[in-house]
Amino acid sequence: MYRVRLWSVRRSRQMEWLYNTFNPLVVKLLRGVVKVFGTRLDKPITAVEAAAKGFFFDCKMCGDCALSRTGMSCPMNCPKTIRNGPCGGVRENGMCEVKPEMRCVWVAAWDGASRMQHGDAIKQVNFAVDHRLKGKSSWLKLAREELGDD
Amino acid sequence: MTDRATIDAEGLNPGDPLPMLEGHVSHGRFERVLRAGHFAVSTEIAPPDSADPEEVLRRASLFDGYVDAINATDGSGANCHMSSLAVCAILTREGYSPVIQVSCRDRNRIAIQGDLLGASALGVCSVLCLSGDDVSVGDHPEAKPVFDFDSVSLLQTVRTLRDESRFLSGRQLDLPPRLFLGASINPFAPPRTARVDQFAKKVSAGAQFVQSQYCFDIDMARDFMARARDLGLTQDCYVLMGVGVLASAKTAKWLKGAIPGVHIPDHVIRRLEQAEKPKAEGRKIAVELMQQLAEIDGISGIHLMAYKQEEWVGEIVTQSGVLQGRKPWAPTRLSHIQPAKA
Repeated sequence: MYRVRLWSVRRSRQMEWLYNTFNPLVVKLLRGVVKVFGTRLDKPITAVEAAAKGFFFDCKMCGDCALSRTGMSCPMNCPKTIRNGPCGGVRENGMCEVKPEMRCVWVAAWDGASRMQHGDAIKQVNFAVDHRLKGKSSWLKLAREELGDD
Repeated sequence: MTDRATIDAEGLNPGDPLPMLEGHVSHGRFERVLRAGHFAVSTEIAPPDSADPEEVLRRASLFDGYVDAINATDGSGANCHMSSLAVCAILTREGYSPVIQVSCRDRNRIAIQGDLLGASALGVCSVLCLSGDDVSVGDHPEAKPVFDFDSVSLLQTVRTLRDESRFLSGRQLDLPPRLFLGASINPFAPPRTARVDQFAKKVSAGAQFVQSQYCFDIDMARDFMARARDLGLTQDCYVLMGVGVLASAKTAKWLKGAIPGVHIPDHVIRRLEQAEKPKAEGRKIAVELMQQLAEIDGISGIHLMAYKQEEWVGEIVTQSGVLQGRKPWAPTRLSHIQPAKA
């Protein structure tokens, strides 16, 4: 939801705290789940992630979540899905050039990052998203990556 | 390529690559001019709505002796025209140094990497990486937007091809493309505080030169350049500031309203409104901006965008004096091309 999305960016610092606190717990929990159930619970877990992140961030389930590096503003809401924004077409009032009724997600991102403890992460270069991951869970990806490291 | 006897008689075929100099990444003249420390001028060619190669050369001939590089736009404004790659290939055959603009709107990573190899094979030495305008603003709004990359990912890709001699997949190239790598910047659109950081991201992704959106606000340009210098960006990257030629106050208002990201201060519009000859005033504004920008520390050149006023590029460049008497290279063997009427 657009309004909730803007609210989340305004509270990027609190969101960052929530993320830093709960993300490791969720990933740890999922590691256990993955060990026991394999891929059998992927669908419901993905649905929970889509619902939660969809509500707060209008998450598009790109499968390669960058929220913590983009000021808690999901870059996939950019009509050009730019991962290193903004583009050169931001309107004078900070709105999107393609959707004039929407605040530029990258104006929001730099604004959100300016309030975050590790907001400087927005200055890192992000490579293009892997389109095979679309619709897949970022949480499960992290859990499986950590398992792979074991 | 020309046979030995012709080369001996007439010198190098203009379409042949120049030898690559020490420390350069391309064979191109544009990189040579910038690295030699000259103040450079680049401009934009409007690709024709035509399959006629002569039309490309006619349009380019307007710039002969006034510019160091010619950007071939890639479906600018999401409108369909002759492709950037084809325009560049026609230009390199005559020895021009075109900059191929690559936008991420119409092609995915497979097509783009192939085109970059092809461009280099056809003698293109400079590339400008752009995200591109959305299809919704162009003449085919029903088209599917691709945006597999953004401009920064595209920069990284060109660098991978060139410096690591491999595709993104890891597959090795027999000969990497020799491309001088460019990006665009827009210091004049929000979020203004982040624009220098965005520039820095492009430099760290591989940008060696940048060309900016229209600059009509000299104070904003000074402020931006001061912050860019503080971050050391001008040491790693050549900055060519964009200058536009406004035909009237009406055009200026239209540009400001219809093209997001174009910032034109009210005093510029007032000046055009009050001018007796607005077109001449628009050119005068461009000349003055070029002179003021050339004074700013860290600016290495001007990117002059004179859409539909291309015939005035020579006069504007001459009057600005930014080339300090230097005459950029131009082909001499275009006798078969009728010069466009100026």
